[in-house]
Amino acid sequence: MTLSREQMAMRIARELQDGFYVNLGIGIPTLVANYVPKGLEVMLQSENGLLGMGTFPAEGEVDADMINAGKQTVTATAGASIFSSAESFAMIRGGHVDLTVLGAFEVDVHGNIASWMIPGKLIKGMGGAMDLVAGADNIIVTLTHASKHGESKLLPRCSLPLTGAGCIKRVLTDLAFMEIKEGAFWLKERAPGVSVEEIVAKTAGAMVVPEHVPEMRF
Amino acid sequence: MSGFDKVVNSYEEALAGLADGMTLIAGGFGLCGIPENLIHQIKIRGTKNLTVVSNNCGVDGFGLGVLLEKKQIKKMISSYVGENVLFEQQLLAGELEVELTPQGTLAEKMRAGGAGIPAFYTATGYGTPVAEGKEVREFQGRKYILEQAIVGDFAIVKGWKADRYGNVVYRHTAQNFNPMAATAGKITVVEVEEIVEPGELEPSQIHTPGIYVDRLLVGTFEKRIEQYRVRQGSVA
Repeated sequence: MTLSREQMAMRIARELQDGFYVNLGIGIPTLVANYVPKGLEVMLQSENGLLGMGTFPAEGEVDADMINAGKQTVTATAGASIFSSAESFAMIRGGHVDLTVLGAFEVDVHGNIASWMIPGKLIKGMGGAMDLVAGADNIIVTLTHASKHGESKLLPRCSLPLTGAGCIKRVLTDLAFMEIKEGAFWLKERAPGVSVEEIVAKTAGAMVVPEHVPEMRF
Repeated sequence: MSGFDKVVNSYEEALAGLADGMTLIAGGFGLCGIPENLIHQIKIRGTKNLTVVSNNCGVDGFGLGVLLEKKQIKKMISSYVGENVLFEQQLLAGELEVELTPQGTLAEKMRAGGAGIPAFYTATGYGTPVAEGKEVREFQGRKYILEQAIVGDFAIVKGWKADRYGNVVYRHTAQNFNPMAATAGKITVVEVEEIVEPGELEPSQIHTPGIYVDRLLVGTFEKRIEQYRVRQGSVA
């Protein structure tokens, strides 16, 4: 079975550690906040200038001056701080964020990521994604392993314009959890019930498969 | 005006000197913390061929989006655009130029511009279309690109409170790009919700010191919300 969006978020949540400052991108990464393991404290960074992002506000608490990087109304947790965009990106570029999770269109065996631009389609911009991938050391990219038409998104070389070069070391898809090193995807875990053969067949880039590939736990 | 008193009496006075072809820096992120009345006044003035530096370009009918209605913007320097139909139309028709800039690079370009730093190296954008035509240099085994600072002929800023000397405090995440924008204008105009007397704001809590501010006025704000979300059991 391929992983659901929620299961992908649950798997990523297992990578959280107590005391981590975390930046979550839009989409599946955002869902990770719902699965923070009990007894573990993390603080969410929102790149518009908020460290300690909380839940959406209750009706009646909505404040137009209080939004997240997705421009959604949001709250701040106890112990949060609010600052300028320059300060926010100093945190990101200076490598102070412990974990960054973001989506992508493609990744490749060299750790390149393409996530912002499809030539021929309207280009809206990269927002903070280029800063996040260039600034963080610990990044997990989430994407579906292949397109609806079965074309692999894990490539020998990205075909789309890049968001960052050589900066991705870990990838979670709906089929597998992988590391990127030495010019290959290293298969670490597979989705429950998904065969190694299927993962290999849907991976266009070089893949290193160990003798035993454990099923993912959540 | 006298001494350090930065208060002006009208929006006309606030934007006196803004001319066709100038570079305008605007604070704000999405529709949060935008100088909405100053933008509206620029629409009324009809200033054209503007290069506008702002993270986003508003929406149809609100924020910087209103300057698209009479094609007052020649070029946008932004990290994320296209939340408005008019923007898309003018872009596709070749009537509007866009320079997409990573968000952190954009913030730093303004910060550097205000701090007298002409350019800086950053890893952001290396190996991507953003790096095209830019100098690359290696430091300690890693490649960086040279990005140039931005200085605006005018900067327009939205604050929460200010004293008459132009010391500004921002409210919550409406801070965003405003402090950097305030430093990077040759003429910086700030509109706020409340003006108080010097001494009423705590000196150590000032976000933008008055030295950066040339003109100050008080306005009333709609504060439109772009993505209204309320709690229904899930976390943002």
